[in-house]
Amino acid sequence: MLEVRNLSVSYGKHQVLANINVTAERGEVLGIIGPNGSGKTTLAKTINRLLKPTSGEVLINGKNVHHMKSVEIAKHIAVVSQVFSINFEFTVEDIVLMGRTPYIKSAETPDDLKIVEDAMEKTHTSFLKGRLVTQLSGGELQRVVIARALAQQPDILLLDEPTSHLDITNQIDILNLVKHESRKGMTVIAVVHDLNLAAYYCDKICLIRDGKLMSYGTPDEVITSDNIHTVYNLPVEVITNEITNSLYVIPRLEPLP
Amino acid sequence: MERHGKSTILILVLLLIVVIVTNTAIGSSDISPVDTGKIILNAIIEKLMIDGQISIDKIWSDSASTIILDIRLPRVLLGALVGAGLATAGAAMQGLLKNPMADPYIIGMSSGAALGAALAFTFMMPVQLISFILAAASIYVVYNISRMGERVPTETLLLAGIAVGFFLSAITSFIVFLSQSPHQIIYWMMGGLWTASWAKVKITFVMILIGVLMLYRQSWNLNVMLLGEEQAQSMGVDIERVKQWVLIFSSLVTAAAVSVSGIIGFVGLIIPHIMRIIVGPDHRILLPTSTLMGAIFLVFSDTIARTILDSIDLPVGVVTAFFGAPFFIYLLRKRRQSLNA
Repeated sequence: MLEVRNLSVSYGKHQVLANINVTAERGEVLGIIGPNGSGKTTLAKTINRLLKPTSGEVLINGKNVHHMKSVEIAKHIAVVSQVFSINFEFTVEDIVLMGRTPYIKSAETPDDLKIVEDAMEKTHTSFLKGRLVTQLSGGELQRVVIARALAQQPDILLLDEPTSHLDITNQIDILNLVKHESRKGMTVIAVVHDLNLAAYYCDKICLIRDGKLMSYGTPDEVITSDNIHTVYNLPVEVITNEITNSLYVIPRLEPLP
Repeated sequence: MERHGKSTILILVLLLIVVIVTNTAIGSSDISPVDTGKIILNAIIEKLMIDGQISIDKIWSDSASTIILDIRLPRVLLGALVGAGLATAGAAMQGLLKNPMADPYIIGMSSGAALGAALAFTFMMPVQLISFILAAASIYVVYNISRMGERVPTETLLLAGIAVGFFLSAITSFIVFLSQSPHQIIYWMMGGLWTASWAKVKITFVMILIGVLMLYRQSWNLNVMLLGEEQAQSMGVDIERVKQWVLIFSSLVTAAAVSVSGIIGFVGLIIPHIMRIIVGPDHRILLPTSTLMGAIFLVFSDTIARTILDSIDLPVGVVTAFFGAPFFIYLLRKRRQSLNA
């Protein structure tokens, strides 16, 4: 379980996050949405201890991450960010094995290799095992990176726009996979741009603008036409998609001449 | 990948032994490689004091034994050590800085060592000691200039290294310009193994062995850091500690090498690239194979340096680049063709 309490972060004098309070329970998918530059990635990086807060704290199962060592945090949180390419000729298996870094003392054990194999199976990347990562497509590579994160056996999976650069099939594939993991008990925190995907996949959503938490709750509570209009400065219609039974955001565009 | 790597390491070990023996046999007085091998083996047996159990018929002259053991072998071994050290430090620095231009000298160490040598020659001080101290001191200064709180950004490290390097080079040039005997300093800066001795072999062996083994310990972390520093940190790598570790031990290795051989270029830059083309980017294999190939390459180069011109002992730094660069260009071209195919 993850708790973010009264979190504020500044770059020098410029405050990027002000007094954020959110929690994510075990097995929950928490979405972080907001316009570009609103502080979403800063929040993700602070949760992962890459940035220091000016005040407040981030707790994993009650322990403050900023008092933990990187090795310890890596056993609890795995991070997947947008990866466009890896330019070094490692095999897929090598990359996934890197997820075992926090556990490996001197050399990998058969247990490590078993966990790597499982992670590749879950992400449908087993058939790529011996391939070089330099030769993968964008979707394949992102699945390999998720396999690497799963090999860390984390309690929390932190995704920073993991699918924004992928085609629709790969986006859905990857989000389904992540959702599946959360149903088995993993906490997922995802920075998402696509409001409709957020509405469909997230159990809870926090909406950020200018470093402030504007709204926090279930998709129904957060994704309203008023909220989206205020935060994104764009008039929208929010309807219920009858096929998926989830919310759907439609920008109120003028018909083109 | 791993099995492939282990066999490459084994082949290179055997090759290194052959190269050491055959290159010790080459020189102006004619001693066959077989006799050379016997002389070296005999000396090892005597050293280990297992004399009675194995015996080798002494069919060589005492002068041959002196030439091999006292003159050629220390020079060949020193060359192997320096080559091994520079190539390993270069591979580690390229990995750490993720910069293909990086070599052991990139953050100013060669300039520190050169200034040390220039001062030592001018003021009649021990060259090895003073150049070692100034090489290490220059890295200390560069590291502290680059440090921002707990972090040392690699770009700052590179730029600070270049700036400090230019500054120290300016002082060295000034000393050389005013010096009564600039030749000594200039020859030293070209890099050579002229002054090899058993004493130098011993002390260099200890420092380079420690440094190289310590660098091997970071192989896995260097692999993970190739994915990016933030990624590596989220996988549990303490990146600032890895940086410190790699900087300290590649500095130890490089300072040890430079202080006995002057500034031998090319080995630390190109050998890691050649090995990366052959064995891939995995530092667990890349580092040891670079160590071995660096040793082999420098022993070869030094043999050419001391034999190619009658009675003239060229600086080995001249040879490494003269023969190594075309070979590297050939590899680059060949690789590009294979990628296009």
